[in-house]
Amino acid sequence: MSWYLTKDDLIPIALGAAVLGTGGGGDPYIGRLLAEEAIAEKDLLVMDVDEVADSEWVIPIAAMGAPTVLLEKIPAGPEPIIAFQALEKELGIRAQAVCAMEAGGVNSMVPLATAAHLNLPVVDADGMGRAFPEVYMETFHIYGLSGTPACVVNEWGDVVTFRAHTNQTLEHYARAVTIRMGGHAFLSHFAMQGTDLKRTAVRGTLGFAKRLGEAVLRVEKTHRDPIAALLKAARTPPYGGADIIFVGKIVDVQRRTSGGFARGRVLIDGTDDYFTRRMRIEFQNENLVAVMDERPVVTVPDLITVLDRENGTPITTEYLHYGQRVTVLAIAAPPIMKSPEALLVWGPEAFGYSYPYLEPHFIRANNPEIEGR
Amino acid sequence: MSYRLGIDVGGTMTDAVILDTADNVVSKVKVPNSSDIVSGIQTAITHVLQTSGLPPQRISLAMLGTTQVTNAIIERRGLSRVLAMRIGAPATTGVKPLASWPDDLATWGRAHSVILRGGHEFDGRLIAPLDELAVAEACRKVRGTVDAVAVTGVFSPVSAQHEERAAAIIQEELGDVPTSLSHQIGSIGLLERENATILNAMVIQVAKRVVQTFSAAIRNSGISAALFLAQNDGTLMELDYAQQYPILTVASGPTNSMRGAAYLTGLTDAVVIDIGGTSTDVGILVRGFPRESAVAVEVGDVRTNFRMPDLVSLGLGGGSIVRETARGITIGPDSVGYKIITEGQVFGGHTLTFTDVAVSQGRGPLGDPGVLTLDEAFAQQAYQIAVNRIVDAIAQIKTNALPIPLIAVGGGSFTLPDALPEASHIVRPLHYEVANAIGAAMAQVSGRVDKIYNMEGRKRDEVLAEAEAAARAEAEAAGAAPDSLVLVDVEELPLSYLPGNATRIRLTVAGTLRAWEELKAES
Repeated sequence: MSWYLTKDDLIPIALGAAVLGTGGGGDPYIGRLLAEEAIAEKDLLVMDVDEVADSEWVIPIAAMGAPTVLLEKIPAGPEPIIAFQALEKELGIRAQAVCAMEAGGVNSMVPLATAAHLNLPVVDADGMGRAFPEVYMETFHIYGLSGTPACVVNEWGDVVTFRAHTNQTLEHYARAVTIRMGGHAFLSHFAMQGTDLKRTAVRGTLGFAKRLGEAVLRVEKTHRDPIAALLKAARTPPYGGADIIFVGKIVDVQRRTSGGFARGRVLIDGTDDYFTRRMRIEFQNENLVAVMDERPVVTVPDLITVLDRENGTPITTEYLHYGQRVTVLAIAAPPIMKSPEALLVWGPEAFGYSYPYLEPHFIRANNPEIEGR
Repeated sequence: MSYRLGIDVGGTMTDAVILDTADNVVSKVKVPNSSDIVSGIQTAITHVLQTSGLPPQRISLAMLGTTQVTNAIIERRGLSRVLAMRIGAPATTGVKPLASWPDDLATWGRAHSVILRGGHEFDGRLIAPLDELAVAEACRKVRGTVDAVAVTGVFSPVSAQHEERAAAIIQEELGDVPTSLSHQIGSIGLLERENATILNAMVIQVAKRVVQTFSAAIRNSGISAALFLAQNDGTLMELDYAQQYPILTVASGPTNSMRGAAYLTGLTDAVVIDIGGTSTDVGILVRGFPRESAVAVEVGDVRTNFRMPDLVSLGLGGGSIVRETARGITIGPDSVGYKIITEGQVFGGHTLTFTDVAVSQGRGPLGDPGVLTLDEAFAQQAYQIAVNRIVDAIAQIKTNALPIPLIAVGGGSFTLPDALPEASHIVRPLHYEVANAIGAAMAQVSGRVDKIYNMEGRKRDEVLAEAEAAARAEAEAAGAAPDSLVLVDVEELPLSYLPGNATRIRLTVAGTLRAWEELKAES
């Protein structure tokens, strides 16, 4: 069912997208301001994947680069539109809808602003179902589509078009150009028709982000427990269930950069039900694995989000610090993200861990709705 | 012997103290504010001088901590009309200056905002050369219709070149219209830094009046001291600097009481709780200074990112009204404020306050506990509710699980029990009730760096040394004695997706006022 997205939906979507950002993905704040301006005039049509005709084209749009640069060098505004139109021109097509590359963080907002400016609908889907560090880490790649031709655009409207023999090569080239463009740029890639979209996309992620955000904001007004509300919303499809996996206080954070990624780990000492226990969460821009008392309990691609224990606000890895009281939320990724092909790209082993993906059965068990599907 | 005078203008009271060269408190007073701030300050000065028995000429330095600038922003009173100039086009045009401001505040600047070509990349390359003609034209357009200019360049914390060049052109075109430059106010995060810079420009006239009234009150009292204003990181600024960067005085109140607490106890690492009549602030001292907040701070509903102390604030104080409701016992957030001494039940009044509850639980002595007719179970429960809120706030502000002392200051701090979970022990210093005025009188000066450094091919120590040298230079320019400077805070934040292991380094050094060191040496 299609629906209309209004300016008032942007705050809940940004909040939900921060949960899906799993500690990374960039602060949706600037993205929200850009989208607000675009959507103020006219509500935006959001289409289900099934409503896109087989022959219709959609183009996934995203920002790429350093979140810190985005906060300082704010976009001009038209970059993603230029990227969209440049790719249409390159392929000699007219696309009928905009799609997201990444549901988590700032990239939840970029397609909304783009679609509103182009007067096109946006598809309720993306290629990651969360945030990931590299542009080939997408279901579109996993299920055999080519990321190129792709266009990268800066604030001058300069367009660099890529044709690459693999999607990993595209990541490599596009990253280099993004740095020359000042560390942040906009990307159009994986142009595809409805048949491919239906086969490869992670569905319903925009609506899911909106429901997460709305759940928290609704209870904020009535002073009830925001984390309980968030958990309830997180247990709904298309995701595979959710649970609180730890409650405690941060006792140590370590960070370093290597290869352009912010890597590190946070140690949390348990309180309440988790008293005497310890959780370690390891991250590479995004949270990757949660290890309790030296035993992995949740692994990538399932989502691990550290929340402020009081107000349920997601805390990005950049803002983790000693002494914060936190609750750790885990959400099971939708099944399309956990096929053997998908785990080759973003399972724990793809990030250098020695152990395979761990099915968090406790999450399924508490979700009869999912179990019955 | 020479002396210094510390004054803190709070929400309801003005406090004043005189300290000697050995930092002993020679005299102290608390006077209620009148509608006229100047006469309040003057009354406080007169009383504190009288109590000390010192002639006014013996005061060599005078320091003021004040909430007047903050109040002007919150009440939208007496603000300046601002030309908000951003340098960064074609980048940044997607979000205009003042875009997310409340309308009643934005009206002081929205009519005159421009985005011009120029600005830098994260690594110091140019986005575009500065459009100097456009700077001049923007000035000519607003001549006579603005009172101040705020200039914000993209990545000016990496290179301030364009902001400084623009300032020179502005001066040529508009004469001595006060101009605020963003690299001197905030750090990375364009909108937040720009907001702080525009706010700064808006309160320039307010600050000028504050400085004038403070100077006048001091002179009228026969004092011919060097004058300073307290800023929100717990250090001082000379009046000239304060008039240029008044936004830095916002939130100096809580910081002053934390610095005062550090001074009174000699502790450098401790949690500080300041319980007033209406509210309680809990902060933490790290190496003698309040820890800074890492997240965006709102001032008058505007998002900013300048240096602010990390605080947990509770709507709980000595005058907080206690009620029994259907949902249980509530304490505050409303308060009888300074009327506690007539309205509180222990003072013969008719309002049940947190003070009454605390006195019934053996805190004090204060007023006349004999007149209280509280139900014991109710009083116990109410007291416990308040204590639990305080314990939660302490837990929230602590940096690790290790036991840490708690310093209790402020007029309402007598309400605390003898021991609290989360605190190793509670320190109640002498003069706790004027800790904020004492904090204002701490002759400390700081210097600070917040920049992105390329770490590739360089030793970490060498980069840190470079950052520290820059911070030291700033502190010396602000009046610090070079030998007194020590490193108080350093934070390294690696940035993702940038080459060269780009790292954001925030580093602060602090030391003593040169003028004070010299006076001490003379005596």
